[in-house]
Amino acid sequence: MRNEDLAQPQLADVQIDADGGDLSRSEVILKGALAAGAVYGAMSVAPFVSRALAMSGGGDVGILNFALTLEYLESSFYREAKRRAGASGDLKSLIDLVARDEDEHVKALTATIEKLGGKPVAEPKFDFPYGNTAEFLELAQTFEDTGVSAYNGAAPQIKSKEVLGAAGSIVQVEARHAAAIRLQNEAEPSPEAFDPTLSKPQVLKAVEPFIE
Amino acid sequence: MAPQNEANAFSRVAKDPVSRRKFFALGGGSVAATAFLAACGSDDDMTTTMGSAGGSGGTEPVIEEEFGKGDVGILNYALTLEYLETAFYADVVKSGLFKGSDLATMKKFGKEEAEHVSALTAFVKKLGGKPAPVPKTEFPLKSAKSVLELAGTVENLGAAAYLGQAANIESPAVLAPALSIHSVEGRHSAALNTLLGKPITPDGAFAKPADAATVLESVEPFIVT
Repeated sequence: MRNEDLAQPQLADVQIDADGGDLSRSEVILKGALAAGAVYGAMSVAPFVSRALAMSGGGDVGILNFALTLEYLESSFYREAKRRAGASGDLKSLIDLVARDEDEHVKALTATIEKLGGKPVAEPKFDFPYGNTAEFLELAQTFEDTGVSAYNGAAPQIKSKEVLGAAGSIVQVEARHAAAIRLQNEAEPSPEAFDPTLSKPQVLKAVEPFIE
Repeated sequence: MAPQNEANAFSRVAKDPVSRRKFFALGGGSVAATAFLAACGSDDDMTTTMGSAGGSGGTEPVIEEEFGKGDVGILNYALTLEYLETAFYADVVKSGLFKGSDLATMKKFGKEEAEHVSALTAFVKKLGGKPAPVPKTEFPLKSAKSVLELAGTVENLGAAAYLGQAANIESPAVLAPALSIHSVEGRHSAALNTLLGKPITPDGAFAKPADAATVLESVEPFIVT
């Protein structure tokens, strides 16, 4: 699957039903995420990451390794973008800033997993299909929005309050990146009043196409 | 500065390369990473530190006193902040200080805050609680530039306030929507910071939380008693 298949509409369709009427399930009610799942559902989840994550431990360590995989992807994406995205001026500076933040996330997650007695997953090799700055930006927007939805989807399952607080401080930064990238695309920085959540399988299906 | 010039400050700041230059200033990465690790320390030795870095579980005394116990108290605290933000944007829209795309952004953010109010109100009721009353508010709306500054301050504070409660929320069913709102406040903050020429991630790679006592003290000037 190429980046155009991951374009924003699927994510933008994901909404929380919060008109105040039916909150009977007392949480986010996903609509579009299921549509997104249907789109990605045609593909089987490529084995590499799934297998690696299955062996990476359960509980908080498992969630942290899932997050680490996403941060590897983002970190690698922006590191590469420094030479590939054809950016200049403000965008170049933004790429440098985001790249540095994502690197910090990788380091912190790795150290935390080790501290909790887990084994950090290995960094996969990625392949990012874009040929110009506009395509880079489109992909960046998808990754940042997906990152926000992934953290938001996983966080309620975190058991340790400490890990939860830290994950929260990362997701806010991802949301800030998402808004800044969206402004570069002249898109709404916050398309919805409630950021959609994505489940782990949905996120993995979304990112598998970029893993070699 | 003449008012007619300020009227367009929102878009002017956004387009002005000089004022945007600072936007990319960076926070201290290694310090932030250390903070993260501290936040992720083992449960037994980090409980005290976490009190100031994302909540330690349980409701803060000031929330319990003013808004009630447990998740209902936290939701009513959040609801009060959302009331404030909604009133702020409504006043800003009415002020006539913004036009065009600037006005559209203010309306959009205001609409999203209003949706947060509806959702939180419904949630409090769902949990058997009584929604907090709408506070009477007053905001200094002198110029487009000062209003934009205030919007940035309010949004960044709001994002930090949600982050400060994340670990105090007991029910995952409450945590999930709170997080969905939290990241939207983060998006608003980054958009406004961009327009203000401030760093999009002022705390670096790890956003800092704010506890309720700090947040309530900061918004007190805008509440009319």
